[in-house]
Amino acid sequence: MDTTVAKTGTEGKTWGGGSEPFKASYGKLMMWFFILSDALTFSGFLAAYGFSRFKYSSEWPIADEVFTHFPFLHGIEAPMYYVALMTFILIFSSVTMVLAVDAGHHMKKNKVVTYMALTILGGIVFVGSQAWEWKTFIKGDYGAVETSGGNILQFVDSEGERVALEDFASNYEGIRSVQKENEGLWYESESSLPEFTIKEIKDGFASNDDLQIRTLKNNEDGEKTILSREASLAKLNEQGKGVVQGANLKHNEYGMPLFADFFFFITGFHGFHVLSGVLILIIIFLNVLVNTYEKRKSYEMVEKVGLYWHFVDLVWVFVFTFFYLV
Amino acid sequence: MAEHASTNQGSSATKRIWYVFGILSVVTLVEVVLGIIKPAFMVETNFIDLHLLNWTFIILTIVKAYYITWAFMHMEHESSGLRRAVVWTSVFLIIYLVAILLIEGGYIEDVYTDSHIKWNL
Repeated sequence: MDTTVAKTGTEGKTWGGGSEPFKASYGKLMMWFFILSDALTFSGFLAAYGFSRFKYSSEWPIADEVFTHFPFLHGIEAPMYYVALMTFILIFSSVTMVLAVDAGHHMKKNKVVTYMALTILGGIVFVGSQAWEWKTFIKGDYGAVETSGGNILQFVDSEGERVALEDFASNYEGIRSVQKENEGLWYESESSLPEFTIKEIKDGFASNDDLQIRTLKNNEDGEKTILSREASLAKLNEQGKGVVQGANLKHNEYGMPLFADFFFFITGFHGFHVLSGVLILIIIFLNVLVNTYEKRKSYEMVEKVGLYWHFVDLVWVFVFTFFYLV
Repeated sequence: MAEHASTNQGSSATKRIWYVFGILSVVTLVEVVLGIIKPAFMVETNFIDLHLLNWTFIILTIVKAYYITWAFMHMEHESSGLRRAVVWTSVFLIIYLVAILLIEGGYIEDVYTDSHIKWNL
């Protein structure tokens, strides 16, 4: 069929085309270059995170004190166990993926099906775990007060243990209710109010003598500074401005807004990669079931989606280190 | 198409996968244990702007990244050209970006701490 393309006389020569210096197919090569560019995107995020941590190195929140929850273990401090578990789930789904790729090399369809199903399951469990992690982070733990300068004041008892707002706040009924659309001028409404007003916190704090304030500034030992009772009272009364419980993009009870912003953005972007990875895996999985790759006599497509899946795992290894460990 | 070195020896490829999984698990466990107990001497010893514990975490992470890329992503079976195109490019650009941003972040902190610009209260 050489009716349309003229021969150039360079066939078989170095620049005659058709040679594969990388000895990899076009699709695999492009998957590698996509992964390269995606890796640079993620390192851009992580480098920006590192920049902010170095800039605020004397007052960045300590991850161990923020991520202390484990499902079904209420009130037990479990720093890191949960993310460690998530890491294992993702690493294990990487193992089943590479086993599926290996089975594909041997054209063993049934093994490919089993291992891919396990991989998809691992991916779904991981995304679910991340949703739980977000839920806990957004709901918050002890609550805090934000100062006029945007800093966070947390409350501790005389032993330095954290105290939740509801344990000491005074309770004044009916000071203020949520502004609804049908009550205000020009249909103005507002989002839900915090459980306590700043006045309730200030009065409750004044009447509980053993409470002190913990600021986010690190002392020489790298721990957060606890102010004396007098300094705490003065600080809260002069600078306390609002009550924060949980986290959103503008305020959070753990530390400066950037901390929550980076948490949502980086783990969210990674979670989105896992989600799209699961969807692509499902598509390829269905293709395997209908014998597409048996007919093609090559399971290279499984290998390509495998590359993407391992990349997602690779990114998580870095996110785990820089968000939870360092 | 691509004929792999691993294609011919099925069981040895599987063995390598489980071996690498073992390494990754052990490294992760070590990281978690270190992160929970935080040995005092590692936290107190500083080396180029970071304490030893953080350096340990970073090195262990790179070890894990190496095994994932080389074993799971089959980088060890790719041609050296492909390997260099991907690895050298990313390593160079990432080190450059990270170094420049971290130096700048540290500098800004110095300015806020020692200069007449002050942190908010």
